[in-house]
Amino acid sequence: MSAATYWYCLRSIIVREGLRFLHQRERFFAALVRPLVWLAIFAVGFRAVLGVSIIPPYETYILYDEYVVPGLVAMIQLFNGMQNSLSMVYDREMGSMRTLLVSPLPRWYLLVAKLLAGVAVSIAQVYVFLGIAWLWGVEPPPLGYLAVLPALVLSGLMLGALGLLLSSFVKQLENFAGVMNFVIFPMFFASSALYPLWRIREGSPALYLIAAYNPFTQAVELIRFSLYLRVDVTALLWVAGCLALFLGAAVLAYDPGRGFWARRGGPAEQA
Amino acid sequence: MFEAVVLPESPSISAIHESAAPSVAALAVEDLSHSFGKRVALDHVSFTVPPAGFTMLLGLNGAGKTTLFSLITRLYSSRSGDIRIFGFDLRRQPTRALERIGVVFQQPTLDLDLTVLQNLRYHGGLHGMRPSDCEARAREELARIGLSDRADDKVRALSGGQRRRVEIARALLHRPNLLLLDEPTVGLDVDSRRHILAHVRALCREKNLAVLWATHLMDEAADEDSVVVLHQGRLRASGSVRAVCAETGTAALPAAFAALTAGERRP
Repeated sequence: MSAATYWYCLRSIIVREGLRFLHQRERFFAALVRPLVWLAIFAVGFRAVLGVSIIPPYETYILYDEYVVPGLVAMIQLFNGMQNSLSMVYDREMGSMRTLLVSPLPRWYLLVAKLLAGVAVSIAQVYVFLGIAWLWGVEPPPLGYLAVLPALVLSGLMLGALGLLLSSFVKQLENFAGVMNFVIFPMFFASSALYPLWRIREGSPALYLIAAYNPFTQAVELIRFSLYLRVDVTALLWVAGCLALFLGAAVLAYDPGRGFWARRGGPAEQA
Repeated sequence: MFEAVVLPESPSISAIHESAAPSVAALAVEDLSHSFGKRVALDHVSFTVPPAGFTMLLGLNGAGKTTLFSLITRLYSSRSGDIRIFGFDLRRQPTRALERIGVVFQQPTLDLDLTVLQNLRYHGGLHGMRPSDCEARAREELARIGLSDRADDKVRALSGGQRRRVEIARALLHRPNLLLLDEPTVGLDVDSRRHILAHVRALCREKNLAVLWATHLMDEAADEDSVVVLHQGRLRASGSVRAVCAETGTAALPAAFAALTAGERRP
């Protein structure tokens, strides 16, 4: 197997995810409308309530709108990660997962390629959103748009790997609503996406601890700092560490010898 | 009982390397067992599929056919036993083994919202095919199944029989030597069924393929086929149709199958 083989495989998985995304127009709008609603309604309402003092990486007082944008970027990635997870479960039930897994390339590579494809789709959404946020008046330094790209890849992979891992626990599509309630909402609200950590500590030291160790908080901070041309080393290590952990566990869960399939059987056998 | 396998004199190195020597079975299943919890899906199953020709895997629903296919395609691995594809052990050399397999699954697995060609390109990519090769191969296979003019139509617009033919074309795209089909005619009308079967038989002859066709429909087997009979996870018989009939003392395959699956074990 040459390097070209790996590249053709990755390329075709990304093309397929891209085509599928474009065909699901509702998904495209939902993915864009969600953060815009937060920016245009929630942020405006909260502007007066939540004063944000000068905290790194910001060098001046900022409006709440500006504070919340990186959090909403991470939210796009979180939803995409979970959406991918959902499509893994769907593909598994429908059998099209088998098409992917009979590829002669190593399974870990197929899973990583699938993750990268999901990340590519999420990054496209993020840049459209950042464009609209710019029109709204949230203008990070121009170079920040470039600097944030590696951060987006890393945080997207981390959240995607989490989704992939979760997909191995979900037996059926119907159970997926539970994942949304028990994963997406707590992760999003117990994080620095909507309010700075020091604000949370004023309210509840316990929640502060949870939020500080929440991988989603670290993803938000990684994105926030990169967007303003700074590197948050702690967040970087956290996100990379969580990525290694989630991905490793997901590869094990999908491993032919040890994974859940060997115990439960494939889609047609579970009937 | 055992015939010594005599290799043709001085076989070329490449022939051995590619394991295309005529004596190597397309598929060798050896003492294969698998269970899900307490439920035993396959129980010490052994059989071989010759390097070319049509082999019918016969079994009622729940016989273990799909589990067997899942193991052969490495969706998951067995707890015990070995599977070799043209001599390549699926556990130790999964890449070499999987490269040689083309599969049509029981469930339809085409993306309905993508075009026929997009589906084929996706598959070619997964097998690491160069895009230009893949394009040429896709056109070639589409011409063979008579769907060249539908290449840019969405799969959703095709009939059930046409979709199956596209799946067969897709399975052959990367030029496998072993084609696996898991109940490929389920849900098709009588006409499409006959068409698909005739098509695969023709492919088998033209391309000198080994075909393993799983079904519970006895009338799909022909006299010259090899058969493998599975019942409740156990192998009940394997060999030529004639041999299996002779073994059970019956005149035709349906009667032989009924005798084999009635409950009594093979002597």
